[in-house]
Amino acid sequence: MDFNQPADQNLFDRATVVGKPHARVDGVLKVTGKAPYAYERHDVVAGQLYGYPVGAAIAKGRITGIDASAARSAPGVRGVVTTLEIEPLGIWDYNVARLFGGDVVEHYQQAIAVVVAESFEQARAAAALLEVSYDRDKVDVDLEAGWERVRGTGEPSTLVGDVDAAFQSAAVTLDEIYHTPSHTHAMMEPHASIVDWSDGDQMTVWTSSQMIEWNRQALATNFGIDPDRIRVESPFIGGGFGGKLWLRADAVLAAIGSRAVGAPVKMALPRPFMINNTTHRSATIQRIRLAADADGKLTAIDHEAASHTLPGGRGENATAQTPFFYAAANRRVIHHLVEMHLPEASDMRAPGETSGLMALEIAMDEMAEKLGMDPVEFRIRNDTQVNPSDPAIPFSERHYVECLREGANRFGWSDRNTTPGGRREGMWLIGHGVAGAYRGHLNLKSGARATLSNGRLVIETDMTDIGTGSYTILTQTAAETMGLPMGRVEVRLGNSAWPVSSGSGGQFGASSSTAGVYAACVALREKIGERLGLQNPEFRDGNVIGNGEVTPLSEIAGEFSAEDSMNFGEFQSKDYLMATFGAHFVEVGVHVATGETRVRRMLAVCDAGRILNPITARSQVIGGMVMGTGGALSEELAVDLEHGFFANHDLASYEVAVHADIPHQEVIFLDTLDNVATPLKSKGVGELGLCGVAAAIANAAYNATGIRVRQYPLTLDRMIDQLPEV
Amino acid sequence: MSPPIRFEMRRRTFLVGSASAIVAANIPWRANAQPTSLVGPDNSTVTLVVNGEARGLAIDNRTTLLDALREHLHLTGTKKGCDHGQCGACTVSVNGERINSCLSLAVMHEGDEVTTIEGLGTPQQLDPMQQAFVDHDGFQCGYCTPGQICSAKAVLQEIRDNVPSHVTRDLTATIEASDEEIRERMSGNICRCGAYANILEAIHQASGAQV
Amino acid sequence: MRAFSFERASEPAQAAARAAEVPGAKFIAGGTNLLDLMKLEIETPVHLIDVSATGLDRISSTAGGGLRIGAMVTNTDLAADATVRRDYGVLTRALMAGASGQLRNKATTAGNLLQRTRCPYFYDTAMPCNKRVPGAGCAALGKGAFSRQLGIIGTSDTCIATHPSDMAVALRVLDAEVETTTPSGASRTIPLDEFYRLPGDTPEIETALMPGEIITAVTLPPPIGGRQSYHKVRDRASYAFALVSVALIEREDGTGRVALGGVAPEPWRRPQAEAALPDGANAVMSRLLDGATPTEENAFKITLAERTLAAMLAEG
Repeated sequence: MDFNQPADQNLFDRATVVGKPHARVDGVLKVTGKAPYAYERHDVVAGQLYGYPVGAAIAKGRITGIDASAARSAPGVRGVVTTLEIEPLGIWDYNVARLFGGDVVEHYQQAIAVVVAESFEQARAAAALLEVSYDRDKVDVDLEAGWERVRGTGEPSTLVGDVDAAFQSAAVTLDEIYHTPSHTHAMMEPHASIVDWSDGDQMTVWTSSQMIEWNRQALATNFGIDPDRIRVESPFIGGGFGGKLWLRADAVLAAIGSRAVGAPVKMALPRPFMINNTTHRSATIQRIRLAADADGKLTAIDHEAASHTLPGGRGENATAQTPFFYAAANRRVIHHLVEMHLPEASDMRAPGETSGLMALEIAMDEMAEKLGMDPVEFRIRNDTQVNPSDPAIPFSERHYVECLREGANRFGWSDRNTTPGGRREGMWLIGHGVAGAYRGHLNLKSGARATLSNGRLVIETDMTDIGTGSYTILTQTAAETMGLPMGRVEVRLGNSAWPVSSGSGGQFGASSSTAGVYAACVALREKIGERLGLQNPEFRDGNVIGNGEVTPLSEIAGEFSAEDSMNFGEFQSKDYLMATFGAHFVEVGVHVATGETRVRRMLAVCDAGRILNPITARSQVIGGMVMGTGGALSEELAVDLEHGFFANHDLASYEVAVHADIPHQEVIFLDTLDNVATPLKSKGVGELGLCGVAAAIANAAYNATGIRVRQYPLTLDRMIDQLPEV
Repeated sequence: MSPPIRFEMRRRTFLVGSASAIVAANIPWRANAQPTSLVGPDNSTVTLVVNGEARGLAIDNRTTLLDALREHLHLTGTKKGCDHGQCGACTVSVNGERINSCLSLAVMHEGDEVTTIEGLGTPQQLDPMQQAFVDHDGFQCGYCTPGQICSAKAVLQEIRDNVPSHVTRDLTATIEASDEEIRERMSGNICRCGAYANILEAIHQASGAQV
Repeated sequence: MRAFSFERASEPAQAAARAAEVPGAKFIAGGTNLLDLMKLEIETPVHLIDVSATGLDRISSTAGGGLRIGAMVTNTDLAADATVRRDYGVLTRALMAGASGQLRNKATTAGNLLQRTRCPYFYDTAMPCNKRVPGAGCAALGKGAFSRQLGIIGTSDTCIATHPSDMAVALRVLDAEVETTTPSGASRTIPLDEFYRLPGDTPEIETALMPGEIITAVTLPPPIGGRQSYHKVRDRASYAFALVSVALIEREDGTGRVALGGVAPEPWRRPQAEAALPDGANAVMSRLLDGATPTEENAFKITLAERTLAAMLAEG
C-alpha cells in the first residue's frame, strides 16, 4: 500500500481498540519469566556450546602475537579462534569499527578472540589464558583539545540570513559553551546470541536485535555470504535504546565459533566488557549563541557542536533540532566530527536531540532570564508553524505551545519562586524548571503478513518489541482493521522468515509497523471480500458484512493469507516537516550543604500524533524521563585520556537512575492527530520522552541554587564551591 | 571565612610513555600464576530445593546459583544482567531472603530452599505481585522484571519484619510501606526502561492484597 | 574464574589451619565481593574454604557491657538487631547506606571489613595496578586518569584507592575491635584503628591479618550514647559507593567522634581532629584532612567532607 497523501477520515477515527488502554499482551509471559530472550533458547537447537570473548587491552595499534596454546588445551575447550587467524571481516553500512579479523586494533576491548568450551565456566577461564602482545599507538582522545582545533572552521549545514549582523543589532545576546558526556545504553539484557553455523551453509541466529533485516544484511556482509542463507530470530529483546540497532560482536563471535567447532555456540557479552566493546553516545561540546530583540523574539541562533567518532563514523549531532525548533530569521548550524580512537560512537535513544536539547534548552532558560521573561512565555513567543530554515515547508502538526501551556497549568508553574536560590525547606533548596522537547519523526517502509484461519488472525512480521509495546499495538491495529477482538489476534515478531518491517529505532517503529500491519490487513480484507464476492465489505464484531449479509469470520472455510507493506511517499519529507513535541516540568531539591540534587516531581506533556495505547506510550515517556534523570544527574562515561577508554565500564560505576532517584511522574498526551504521518495518524513517542528532560532538571537546579552549571552530569562537585555557607 | 584546609595536589605522570609506538607486553596484568594442582576436585554435587522440588546437580565448583538455575535447570526466568551484583536482575529468594544469585556459588546452597519467578505463579495463576505488575505496566522490555518481582515480594516481607532501611527515620518505630521506603528498598533492582513509577504502584497494589 | 577445589569448615580454628596449609586458599562467606573479583581474575584462589557455617552468626552481649558480633552475621541482621538500633545507631545507619537489600542479605561482617577497593583500575586487568600486581604501576595516577572516586588522604605514590565500606566507618567511631583465630589456634584482638594498613610501598597488603588468620567476631565497647548519625554523599540516591561519608557521634557537651569514608584506604579517623568538634566542621576537617593529597578531579572531597559535617552538626 502506498501512502502518498495525507490520510482522510478512516476507521481509526472511529477506533474502538486502537488508542485504548489495553494491558501489554506479552505481559503475562514477562512477569512469569516465560518470555524467551536470546541466551535462553535451550529449546531451539541441541548441543549448544559456550562462547566467551576476548577484547583488546589497548586502544589503538596492532596485535603482534597471540599465544592461545594454553587456552586451547584448557579443560573443556573445543576451539579458539583469534583475530590473527581470520581475514578482516567485511564492514556493513552502519558499523564503523571492524567486528573481527586482522591485526589492527581500533578501540579498547575490540574483539580479538573467541573461546568455545563445553561450559560457561570453562570458556571464561580459558579466555583469560590468552597471551597477547601489541604494538601500541599513542592515542588522542581529548575532545576538549579537538574542539579547540575545529571550532570556527568548516561549512555550516544550515546557514540562513546574516547571523553576524543580527548579533550586532540585537538587544540581548547569549554566548555560552555546554558539555555533555558520553553515555552508554546499559540495557538490562547484554548483547547475546546463539548461532548455529555448524555446517557452514545455513546460519541460524537467535539474537537480541532491534533490526532483524539490518542484522541479517550485516551478517551477510561480515561473512561475505548470501543473506538468504541466514535466518535471524529475536522475539524478545531485553532493552536496546539504539545499542542493538547494529550487529555486534556477540553474533559474529558465536558464528565464527560455531563454524570452527561445528556446533551451535551461545555467547553473551560480559557486562564489564560490553561498554567498551559496543557502541555509545558520544560526548559533545556545544557553543550556542542566541540573539533577541527587546520583546524576546529570537533574531539569530548560532549553534556549533563537536562530537567524537572513530574515523568514518557519525558521532552525535547535537545540532539536530536547531534548524527547526525555534523561529529566528538568521541561523547558522554546524556539527564537527572529531576523529579519535575511543570505542565506536553511534546511536543512542534520540541521537542528536538528546545532547542538543541538554544544551539548547539551558540556553533558552538563560536567555529568558536575560530578557526578564518567563521561560515558558519566551519559548511560546518563538514558536513557529513552519520550518524556520525553509519557511515554505509547514510542520505537519505542531502543538508545542499547547504542550507548554497545558504543562504550566497542570504543574502549577505560576506558583513557583522566580528568584534563583530563593526557596529553602530545611536543608534543601527547592527549584522548578521547564524545557522543551523536540524529536524529528520519520517512517520506514514496513511489511507484514496477515493470515486468517477459523476466525483467528495471525500477524507475522520481522518487527521487534524492545519493550516498546509492539506486540500490543500491532495486536490492536490488526484487531481494529479486521473487526476482531484482540483475543483472536496473535502477533508474531522478530523473525527474518517473515516480511521485512521498519524494525525498532529512531521512534519510527510504532507508527511505521502499525501502518504496515494495517496494509497487510487491508490486503487480507480484499482477499476475503473477493472470495465472498463482496464490494467494500465491512469488518466488524468478528463478522464480514456486505450485500446485506453478516458472515462470521470463523465460519469462512479455508485459510486466507495476504502480505503487504506500507510505503511512505516522498510528500512526507518534501511537502512537510514531521516532528514530535513536548514540554517537561520538573521540581528538584538541592542539598544546601552537599549539592546533591534529587528530583521531586516530574511532568511531561507530549504532542506525538495519535497515541496508539496510552499505557505503553506512557511507559515509554516515563522511561525517557528516568533516562533523562540519569543523564542530568549521574550518567557519564569517564574517559581515561592516556589509555583511551571508558574507565567506569560496569553498572556500579556508570550510575543510571535507580528507584530512589525517581519521584512521582505525570504524563499528558495531547492526542493530536497527524494525518501526514500514517493512516493511523500517529508518530513516535519513545524518544520524545527523553528529549529535554535533563535540561529541565538543570534549569530547576539553577532556580534552586542560582548556580548555572553548563556541564553534565550536574554532579555536586560542579557547584559545591558556590553553594551558600552552611 | 573559615581557614583553608591544607592540601597539595598529587603529582601525576604519563605511564604509557611518549613514544609513538611502544610494545606493551604482559597485558593483562593479572595476579601471579598460582599452583595449578588443586587439593581436591574442581566439581561437586549439590542438592537444591528449587520451587519446592529437590534437584540434584553435578556441577563445576565455579557455577553460580544463577548459572545453575539458568544453564543446568533451564529455569531461565531468573536473568543475568551484569553477573556482578550491580543490577539485581538475578534476584531470587533463598530460605526466604532475597539475594543476588550471580554472586553466590551453587555449591554453597546444599539443601537450601530456592524460589525463583517460576515458583511464584504461572501464566494461568499469577501471584498477586505478578498480576500487579501487569495491571500497572511495571515493566517494558521485561528483562529486569522477574528480579523486580522477587525483590518486591521480599521488600514487603522485610517491612513487615520491621527491618530498617536507609530512609527509615526512627530506627525503633514500626516501619510503614511508604513510597520512600519502597523506592529505597527496590533500588538494588535497576530498570533501564525506567518503569520505576509503575513498579511502585504495582507494589502498593500487591501490598494492599497482602502478598 | 580459575578452577578451585572447595571444602566446608565447621569451626574457625580448623578453617584457619587449612587456609595456612593450602597455598592459594581463601575463605568464602557471603561471596558478594570475592566472586565478583574471581570472575575478573583479580582474585585467583585455587581453594575455597566455606566458613559460612562456622557458628559465627550470632550477636551477643560481652561481659563488659558491649556487643560481640559474630563474623558471619549478615549486614541485614546486624543492622536490624534491636540492640544495635537502640545503642549503636550509627552502625545501622552505615550498614543501610551500603549496597542493596539483596547484597546485605549475603554480605557478612567480616567480609564487609575485608572487601577490596572499587578503584576502576584495580577492576580492569588490562591496566597496571600495584595493588593487584605489585610493581606494575598505578594507572589511576596516570595523567588523564579517572580519579574522581579515589582517595585524598592516607594514599601513596603507589596507590590512591579507597576502602569502600560504610560499615567500617561506623565501627571506627564506635572503637570496635576485631577478634581473630590464627592458624595455630590462638586468639587475638586487633583494635580497628590498627587493623588496616595504609598502602605506602605495599598497597597489596591491606590489613594486619597474617596468612590464614580468620576473623571470628567484631566487638563493640559499651554504648557511649550521644546523637549518632551517618551521612553518605553519592551521585545517585541509592546503590552507589560514597563520594564522601561521615560517621558522627555527638554528645550533649559538643564533644564527640568523627570518621570519614570514601576518602582514604581505611575508615579515616584522627582523635586530635575530633577534639576540635566543639569548634565546628572547619576546625575538625582542617585537622582530619591536613596534608591531603587529592587529584584535581577529587579535590572537591575536601570541601564536601567539611560541608557534610557542617550540615550534620547544624541539623543537631
